[in-house]
Amino acid sequence: MRRDKRVIVIGEDVGVYGGAFKVTLGFQEEFGPWRVIDAPLSETAILGGATGAAIVGMRPVAEMQFADFISCGWDHLVTVAAKQRWRAGTPIPITVRLPSGGGFSGGPFHSQNPESSFAHIPGLKCVCPATPADAKGLLISAIEDPNPVLFFEHKHLYRRVKGEVPDERYTTPIGEARLHQEGDDLTVVTWGAMLYTAAEAAAKLDDLSVEILDLRTVMPWDKEAVLASVRKTSKVLILHEDTKSGGFGAEIAATIAEEAFADLDAPIKRIAAPDTPVPFSPPLERAFIPQVDDVVAGLRELADY
Amino acid sequence: MATGTAVDVVMPQMGVSVSEGTVTRWLKSIGDHVDADESIVEISTDKVDTEVPSPGSGTLSEILVEEGQTVEVGTLLGRIGEGPVVEAAPPPAATQPAADEAAPAASESVAAPVAPQPAPPPAQRESVETEPARELEHAGNGHDRAFVSPVVARIATEHGIDPATVPGSGRGGRVTKKDIVSFIEEGPAQTPPEATTARPEPAPRQAAQPQPRPAPAAPPTLEPGEAIEPMNAMRRGIAEHMRRSLDTAAHVTSAIEVDMSRVVAIRERLKPELQRSYGVNLTYLSFVARATVETLRDWPWVNAELRGESIVTHNYVNLGFAVALEGGKGLIVPVLKHAEGLNLLGMARGVADLAERARTKKLLPDDVQGGTFTITNPGSFGTFHGTPVINQPQSGILGTYAVVKRAWVIRDENGNDALAIRPIMNLTLTYDHRLVDGAYAGGFLRELREKLETWGETDY
Repeated sequence: MRRDKRVIVIGEDVGVYGGAFKVTLGFQEEFGPWRVIDAPLSETAILGGATGAAIVGMRPVAEMQFADFISCGWDHLVTVAAKQRWRAGTPIPITVRLPSGGGFSGGPFHSQNPESSFAHIPGLKCVCPATPADAKGLLISAIEDPNPVLFFEHKHLYRRVKGEVPDERYTTPIGEARLHQEGDDLTVVTWGAMLYTAAEAAAKLDDLSVEILDLRTVMPWDKEAVLASVRKTSKVLILHEDTKSGGFGAEIAATIAEEAFADLDAPIKRIAAPDTPVPFSPPLERAFIPQVDDVVAGLRELADY
Repeated sequence: MATGTAVDVVMPQMGVSVSEGTVTRWLKSIGDHVDADESIVEISTDKVDTEVPSPGSGTLSEILVEEGQTVEVGTLLGRIGEGPVVEAAPPPAATQPAADEAAPAASESVAAPVAPQPAPPPAQRESVETEPARELEHAGNGHDRAFVSPVVARIATEHGIDPATVPGSGRGGRVTKKDIVSFIEEGPAQTPPEATTARPEPAPRQAAQPQPRPAPAAPPTLEPGEAIEPMNAMRRGIAEHMRRSLDTAAHVTSAIEVDMSRVVAIRERLKPELQRSYGVNLTYLSFVARATVETLRDWPWVNAELRGESIVTHNYVNLGFAVALEGGKGLIVPVLKHAEGLNLLGMARGVADLAERARTKKLLPDDVQGGTFTITNPGSFGTFHGTPVINQPQSGILGTYAVVKRAWVIRDENGNDALAIRPIMNLTLTYDHRLVDGAYAGGFLRELREKLETWGETDY
């Protein structure tokens, strides 16, 4: 925002309060209420306003207080923002920040991972960083991207994960996976907070060499990186926190089956949440969100296949 | 595994759930000559008795596990050695059919074909009995080696290798990508001496095959108007099992008509109550199953099996239920374990649970094995009679048919004959006449009818 005056922030409580998760703390003091706008409780207004601002040349960064609430702004985002460039040739360079995910008993309205719903909409990009460095690099890429970009910030990562972040400005390309760890026996494809679940599970399996691919963005997704890894290991587990049916893992699995069938040595395995709303109750939520032990069991099963 | 000129005879794996077997009888003595494929030793697991074919030709030189001893799968049972020939010439031809024969060993084995699937069709379970366990090098490994994954198929094609010649380390002895890659890298020299020479020619192997396996024949030519689709694994399993059962058992069917008046009345009364209190749907089948279990106690041979030369009876009833899958294509027989301990409610609940899990493919391998008697219920389609095929190795299968209203001659309180309208159900018992005689079967059916016709208000 210091570098580019076109960048503005708009959202519920993003100004005076600094955002529900304090992501924009101090922003209004530095940039003023015209660039850090406390919006009314209306996702429709936020996304509509951001879209309008983008049309007239701004680079808005809109915040949904929780990713779940984006459904209220579906029309502006999906019908207008995603299609504007195709309809009228007008780029819509908006970034929508979406605190997403569960693991803290937030219940069904505050814990969802709706990335697959939007990955399905042509014209939208979906970014799901897992590391602090990627969060910075991808956020800058998102703001600079001429298309609407949905930036999923897993809430569980806000205060749980720490990592070095370079001071200087850099971008992380959208659509490029990151090889989190190299391995020969099995491939795990994942993104967001599940990266850490996968890494913990892999660490428990000393006898297996597990390759972990952090997708980083689910739309566009790094098909080549996934296929290359599958060609190497021939056994793949797709892990995501979103519910299973129609989750983005299904798209990845289908693509692998289409394009790397002759490289498979075992059925493609998916581990994801069951097809229910996210439960409040902590034990139920633990049963809902894939846990390290689930992944350990899944990897073991694949290895033994 | 062969070393030098000696060939090892090991306890074969008979499905993943089987970890040990008992040597019941050595068919050869030390010093006897034995040909490849010739039965050499009889073994049994908890419910299957089978003969192990010799993995090679030669002289039985050592017996390491005596009759009556139970040992783990893979244990060395004996050695064949110093024979004039250890079948060096067309190696795979010699070793493979041997293992094909070994497959009947794989009786127990839902597990093998089923391993990759969550819901193993029971038909497959029996099918395994003749499923080739192709390798002898890994005779301890049991096997559904038949499945070849896409990547293994590709690598095999690229290198002109028959995957059946590669030792498998995957589940059920499956050849994994790693297996075939290391096979290529290390060369066939790594395999036992008999297998050192080149790859197997498919031709001799088939020629040597003792059983007519569906050869990978050219697809049949189609006439106009015909359509073709391959058989899936379940279909193949069912086909094989049905044929084998008819070839094994002497099927005879007896039928009896049962006046279901009391059952109908009691069901009418209990049904809403069980539905309300337990969410359980009380079917006629539950009554029949309950009465069957009771009756089997008095007629144990109907709940028995022939195992080799012996008759094996059970003091429990593991009751199989034939469940048709979607669209009538495919059939699975989940087993309600220890049905003798279930009352009417438990039976109804158990049957509903198995049927539901069968249709949603949630059955576990253990759910489809270990049956001692089976009930099939084609009556739900309105049929009134049939002659089902016995689920091997059981000795009987009960068919239940539609309950239909019939004009029925009854005796009134004055001792006079009168016509009444009664709900009548036909029950059939198809039994293996090798074990069960007609009078015995008739006695079973008569008692079963008696139980159903006199069902008490408080009988659960």
